[in-house]
Amino acid sequence: MNARMEIPNSYDQYVEVHKYYAGAIFGVVVLTLALEALLPIYFRSAAILELPLLVTVYFGLSRRNPSSGLLLGMGIGLAQDALGHTPFGMYGIAKTAVGFVASSFGSRIDVEHPISRFLLTFVFFHLHNAVLVLTSRLLLGQHEPYLDARLVIASVVNSFVAVFFFALLDKLRKT
Amino acid sequence: MPIPSRRRSLALFAAAIAVQVMLLALQIRRGQQVRLIRVWAIESVSPLGRGAAWSVEGVRGLWSNYVALRHAREEDEQLRAEIAELRMRNAQLESRAAEADRLANLLGFRDEHTEVQMVAARVIGASPDPASHIVLIDRGSRDGVRRDMGVITPEGVVGKIFAVYPDTSQVLLLTDKESGVGALMETSRVQGPVRGTGEPSLMLEYISNEVKVEPGDKIVTSGQDRIFPKDLPVGTVAQVQPDRHSPFQKISVKPTARLDGLEEVLVLLTRQEFVFRKDAEKPDKSERVEKAEKAVTVPVASAVEPKSASASAKPVAATPKPAAPVTLKPAAPVTTPKPVAAPKPVPATAESKPAGETTQQPKPAESPAQPKPDTATQQEQSNP
Repeated sequence: MNARMEIPNSYDQYVEVHKYYAGAIFGVVVLTLALEALLPIYFRSAAILELPLLVTVYFGLSRRNPSSGLLLGMGIGLAQDALGHTPFGMYGIAKTAVGFVASSFGSRIDVEHPISRFLLTFVFFHLHNAVLVLTSRLLLGQHEPYLDARLVIASVVNSFVAVFFFALLDKLRKT
Repeated sequence: MPIPSRRRSLALFAAAIAVQVMLLALQIRRGQQVRLIRVWAIESVSPLGRGAAWSVEGVRGLWSNYVALRHAREEDEQLRAEIAELRMRNAQLESRAAEADRLANLLGFRDEHTEVQMVAARVIGASPDPASHIVLIDRGSRDGVRRDMGVITPEGVVGKIFAVYPDTSQVLLLTDKESGVGALMETSRVQGPVRGTGEPSLMLEYISNEVKVEPGDKIVTSGQDRIFPKDLPVGTVAQVQPDRHSPFQKISVKPTARLDGLEEVLVLLTRQEFVFRKDAEKPDKSERVEKAEKAVTVPVASAVEPKSASASAKPVAATPKPAAPVTLKPAAPVTTPKPVAAPKPVPATAESKPAGETTQQPKPAESPAQPKPDTATQQEQSNP
């Protein structure tokens, strides 16, 4: 992944675009996917975490480039599908949408404040879930509920975790 | 022209979503284990197929409904002409069928009366003079037809032979003013001549005011005009009017035979008497055979013999009877084709007295010892 991409649009030419060390994004993605696959084995409650989604949201908000954001989301989602039991493309579509929207939002609002990160993560978590349910209903013909208590708890937990996780990822930025 | 980055990212987003959706469609199976991509492929192609089928159907319809019908007008005209021809042929066949029915009726009548010599004839023309009621038939002297022979149909009396040619003859119908027939009332047996009036109806004359006549009474031939045998139907009384200034009633008679639509007739070649039977009055076969056997014994020479009223309804006696009275001859007022200056009341039996009176008088010269040469001539003509 190119970590030095600049946003060419004139309207956001004054927005700060963060750059990362080479291989940082790839390493974070691989690590996140590994944790996503391994953690639930040892900690069942860790299954509630959606670390690949947090990575997608974070880099989307930080890079502020819709194209790279959606490609990153697509790659993470397809990798997640490959590691899991869902049809190839389910998480890919959802994370593509999240990456595209996150990078589009990141160029317009402040994404550095912890509260905004909490709220944005909460929103993107539900967007991610909505796309999953929609895809599942339209393509798989399954009628999964959109909203339940577990989903609400998961969204809150992931948003809370995102605040600290994003701060940790901020360390990978080039100064 | 470079694509703006925002649109490019949107296009990229759409492509990424589409690719993944396709990926999902390749994996997902629907219904009877058919891949979703196949379902989509079929569903996306089927409108094209339907469109193609619609187009082909439209082209085919265009061809069959317009291009292929370019000769329809000619075919339509041909068919119309054919229909007209078939209708004409159908009308001809119907006419022939009706003619066959009439001929069958005529022949049936003739078969019913095998004891009588008669010849069937076809009406081939009519008189151009509307005042005269004369028709032309296709039988003449070569067929044995002679002047003053009676002409009938299965319904009743038609008229008499007025003029004879080698192959044709003229028939003077009953309705002609110059025509007439010796008649009597079937029930009361009162005699009187029936004359033509030039109209569709006839007049029964010289019936006294004292005689009770009612509409519907049947009029039959009396046999005294030496033309028709006795008891052939002539007509039915249509109207009766007593005349204050005359001792006789005015009696209008409707002819039994349809004189306005004659097509086939029978010419009586003899004056031999017979029992007139119409189809509806046909006896069963055994009875017909029996009557035919009796009729065979009837002598031809007894044609002009006058009989009493009671005897007229019976079959003719087997023994030959003497010929008619010498004085009898075709009554002038009844049969002459020339105009009659004044009504002559004597149709057959008495030359100077009304027919009504003849019934009251003893019949003259019934002696078989007085044969008249005219009678012999008449018989010779009657039996060709």
